[in-house]
Amino acid sequence: MPEDIRRRRFLMSVARHAGLIAVAVGFLAPFVFVVLTALMTQSQAVTPSFWPRPFRWSNFTEVFDRIPLLAYAWNTTQIAVGSTIGVLVSCIPVAYALSRMRWRGRQLAFLLILATLMLPFQVTIVPLYIIWVRLGQIGHLTPLILPSFLGDAFSIFLLRQFFLTIPEELSDAARVDGASEFQIMTRVIVPLAKPAIAAVALFNFLYNWNDLFAPLLFVGTNQKLWTLTIALSEFTQRHGTEWNLTMAAAILFMLPVIVLFFLAQRVFVEGVTLTGVKG
Amino acid sequence: MSPWIVGFLLLIVYPMISSLYFSFTKYTLLSPPTWIGLENYRLLFTRDPRFWLAIRNTVWIIAVGVPLRIAFGIFTAWLLTLPQRGSRAYRTLYFLPSMAPPAAAALAFVVVFNPGFGPVNQILRGFGWHNPPLWFYGPGSSKWGLVLLGLWGVGDAMIIFLAGLLDVPRQLYEAADIEGATGWQKFRHVTLPMISPVIFFSLVIGVIYGFQLFTQAYVTSLAVSGTSITEAAQNLGSPQGSMLFFSVFLFDQGFQGFRMGYAAALAWVLFAITMVCTVAIIRGSRRFVHYQGGGFR
Repeated sequence: MPEDIRRRRFLMSVARHAGLIAVAVGFLAPFVFVVLTALMTQSQAVTPSFWPRPFRWSNFTEVFDRIPLLAYAWNTTQIAVGSTIGVLVSCIPVAYALSRMRWRGRQLAFLLILATLMLPFQVTIVPLYIIWVRLGQIGHLTPLILPSFLGDAFSIFLLRQFFLTIPEELSDAARVDGASEFQIMTRVIVPLAKPAIAAVALFNFLYNWNDLFAPLLFVGTNQKLWTLTIALSEFTQRHGTEWNLTMAAAILFMLPVIVLFFLAQRVFVEGVTLTGVKG
Repeated sequence: MSPWIVGFLLLIVYPMISSLYFSFTKYTLLSPPTWIGLENYRLLFTRDPRFWLAIRNTVWIIAVGVPLRIAFGIFTAWLLTLPQRGSRAYRTLYFLPSMAPPAAAALAFVVVFNPGFGPVNQILRGFGWHNPPLWFYGPGSSKWGLVLLGLWGVGDAMIIFLAGLLDVPRQLYEAADIEGATGWQKFRHVTLPMISPVIFFSLVIGVIYGFQLFTQAYVTSLAVSGTSITEAAQNLGSPQGSMLFFSVFLFDQGFQGFRMGYAAALAWVLFAITMVCTVAIIRGSRRFVHYQGGGFR
């Protein structure tokens, strides 16, 4: 290969690497800074220095002292796990009905469900809040968990798209063997749809774990039932200038999510592309 | 199967109608709603300057944030399509920030962009910029802070663009090469049309979610004003109302001011605006979106 072409290829490769790394640094820098700040003393956190001196690992334990983090984590877990179970229990049958069964009005039902995706949640939130007030459930976790058992449009949509890719012959074979629809759903379709179901479970878990608006609305008044997100927002109010502690709290909050992400990485990327945006 | 669907629709349809009804009433939860007709809407449009402020802020962040996010998403996705060793590792790294919980990410950005000791301004000063922006602490620059936060979390959009870019048939590029097209020409005439459905999707989703922006605005606003959740009403949208977005405004009116009827009216205005924008984008899309399989006829 001629010398100058080889040299050009090498320079292009260097340029590409440089570009990729530069962008990566941009993405990682906030994380790095947050971690470093979380390890500083309070006085040092507000100075422009970059490296903690000394390393105050105790900041992390101090966060636990300042706010009942474990209690909040438990609340958040209850909500996230409960909602995810609710979504799975309700959306799988609906998606199944929309994709694997034939009945009149099937298309219309699907369109209606899709339409609700476009509805800003603010439109329904006011009457929903009032309903829960009348039921006396404001300040409890119920309004945050129960509605999941009634379905979620995005999850139904994603599951339906995936179920449609499973060949009809498999269902037919099961029907010939005398299986009921419910059995087909649980024994044939669900095992085959595990990636999509995993993606739905993860999306919902994360969404509920991170949500601020709904928990703020329904349990904002009952401090014992606060979620981690609410606690984090409030943290700056109580301990405003203690940025080191705030960053420590932020990290503690992010940690489970990031760990979960690394464990389930592939599922995420597949799940997002499963929404089938290819036109 | 049908019972589930019925229950689901009921939890959507009933509140919708009910909220439409509420928007015509004055309702404080302490007493039954009293019918006041179009009064809420009249107040909204003519008497409430904060309503127009909320609209301006929201429209601004959408008009600026969404295109920038799409462009950056395409750029980073393109970076990932370059043949390079370890590109999968880069993909994970680029995606990671979008996994950070929005509330925590917002707080992190408030610190990173702190005008005094934050690293961003330190670096800017190092480059000779003597009065770097106040970011979240200044009314003119606070929304730019949010835009940057959105760009940092571009991972979810980037992944979709990556799938779209990988889908472009290679023959088209080869044909363009034969015709002697430059890199930029290939991008404009092959890549862009081929990924236009993805751009369309991202545009619609971006606009719809943009109108509903809440968490990041609320958290940064609180952090900057140093008030607690219960006192927030006075300082809403600090600094100086620049972070007063529609959703935040609605939250304040309905759930801290307990003006339920007014909040319901606000919600329906939001819905109407979102619908108008979405339909406009869909109509406009016929001109610039090209579907490989012939599309939806």
